[in-house]
Amino acid sequence: MAGRYSGFHLLREGFRGHTGWRPAWRDAEPKPAYDAVIVGGGGHGLATAYYLAKNHGMSRVAVIEKGWLGGGNTGRNTTTIRSNYFYPESVALYDFALRLYEGLGRELNYNIMLSQRGVVTVSHSEAEMEIAARIVNAMRINGVDAELLTPAQVLEKLPLLNTSDRARYPVYGGVWQGRAGVARHDAVAWGYARKASGFGVDIIQNCEVLGFIVENGRCVGVETSRGKIRAGAVGLAVAGHSSVLAQKAGFALPIRSFSLQAMVSEPVKPCLDTVLLYLGTGTYLFQSSKGEIVVGGGIDRVPSYAQRGNLPVQGTVVSGMLEMLPSFGQLKLLRQWAGNVDVVPDSSPLIGPSPLPGLYLNCGWGTGGFKAIPAGGWLLAHLIATGSHHEVSRPFDLDRFARGALIDEAAGSGIAH
Amino acid sequence: MQLFPCPFCGPRPETEFHFGGEAGKTRPEPAPDVTAADWSRFLHLNRNPKGETKEIWLHLTCHEFFLLERDTATHAVLGARSLRKGEPAATAASDGEAEAHTPETTFAAEAGS
Repeated sequence: MAGRYSGFHLLREGFRGHTGWRPAWRDAEPKPAYDAVIVGGGGHGLATAYYLAKNHGMSRVAVIEKGWLGGGNTGRNTTTIRSNYFYPESVALYDFALRLYEGLGRELNYNIMLSQRGVVTVSHSEAEMEIAARIVNAMRINGVDAELLTPAQVLEKLPLLNTSDRARYPVYGGVWQGRAGVARHDAVAWGYARKASGFGVDIIQNCEVLGFIVENGRCVGVETSRGKIRAGAVGLAVAGHSSVLAQKAGFALPIRSFSLQAMVSEPVKPCLDTVLLYLGTGTYLFQSSKGEIVVGGGIDRVPSYAQRGNLPVQGTVVSGMLEMLPSFGQLKLLRQWAGNVDVVPDSSPLIGPSPLPGLYLNCGWGTGGFKAIPAGGWLLAHLIATGSHHEVSRPFDLDRFARGALIDEAAGSGIAH
Repeated sequence: MQLFPCPFCGPRPETEFHFGGEAGKTRPEPAPDVTAADWSRFLHLNRNPKGETKEIWLHLTCHEFFLLERDTATHAVLGARSLRKGEPAATAASDGEAEAHTPETTFAAEAGS
């Protein structure tokens, strides 16, 4: 197992021709039984295993992954981290995640390349500025940094924006969250995997869950492509396939799955140093550390598990980018891809016990799961270890639908996921 | 651009269509007897299957709702059928009556109701 990473370690390996590096985490074989089994080896699943070990002293834990570590939405998202939500419940959740992200590189001893470069959400009319002010006020009341920007302040941060008289979406102002930013998605997965593995957690790849072992009405393990694994409790963190696994467990979820696509351009010199979103186009973009322009937008409106996006939405996203930054018309697109996202009617996640006792859920993050990884892991670990909700996850229980206590962030903060 | 078959207009670009929901959901009645849990189940729970599915779609240009059979994993279109009694299918459909299709019972069973 790898030792502690440090500048000295890197220097020493430089002199030794990099022959001393060890695998960051242990690729384990399944054992017959664990105290807890987490289904899904993405960010949320690995974070859950890490916090089970660190916060609750549970190390007889396995993370089982159908494919390879971080190969689902963790490896496909556009890595933006922010907490500019409207409702107190959402802010408590997403800002908890952001605060954990702020110390995560040091805590995991793994450079997650967190870059708090801020997010600008641009509005285009007086009416939208009123909504923007409402969001800023809500964020501040909830204790989160937020600022209302004038057009001049927006253009100072983003001099390349379209200021033409003929702009379809003129810059009328914006919302600024300075603590928001981006992080390296693979590093988040690997950092959690390395620390969890160090605590003795088994990370098992190429192990697909085929069914759940149910005894006396309680989930006591999973049947996998590599045999039966018994567990004291099972956690489900399988973004994009939550309904598929739920069906195997005998219940349905308030989820529809869609493709969400993203794309990157060729790398260019630094020209965009914040994350930018237009309310008008729904397109958002930032520049990666390699210089690529990373572009994303809304979901494809056809229910899908295909992990590929269709052309019309790609056209909408790209034309949105050209409206926002006409000079980006010179860019060449390098890659385009998509992931499956689980969309919930109120655009808020599902965290809590499932209808099957012994099985706990962390799903339904829609298009915004990456930003919530530390909180999702922390809260699912709390559920598994204690059998009850953390105060932050309580509002996100499945029971909110029958109670009518929806947390409608699509309506609340105009964030469509 | 994928083409979807409208039973009335024939193959048209996907952007002309709007997803309406999974086929086979039956609104629980009578209203005074419907519990909050049953209503929530009808309103929010979905089978959301990976693979073959039957869905209600709206063709925005002719304003007709119809039944579309698709595969959510491959995006293949398997058939489209009018929801009006006695109307023919637009393309070869895999099984029987549009009005009597079975997902409602399947859905109820799988939703654990």
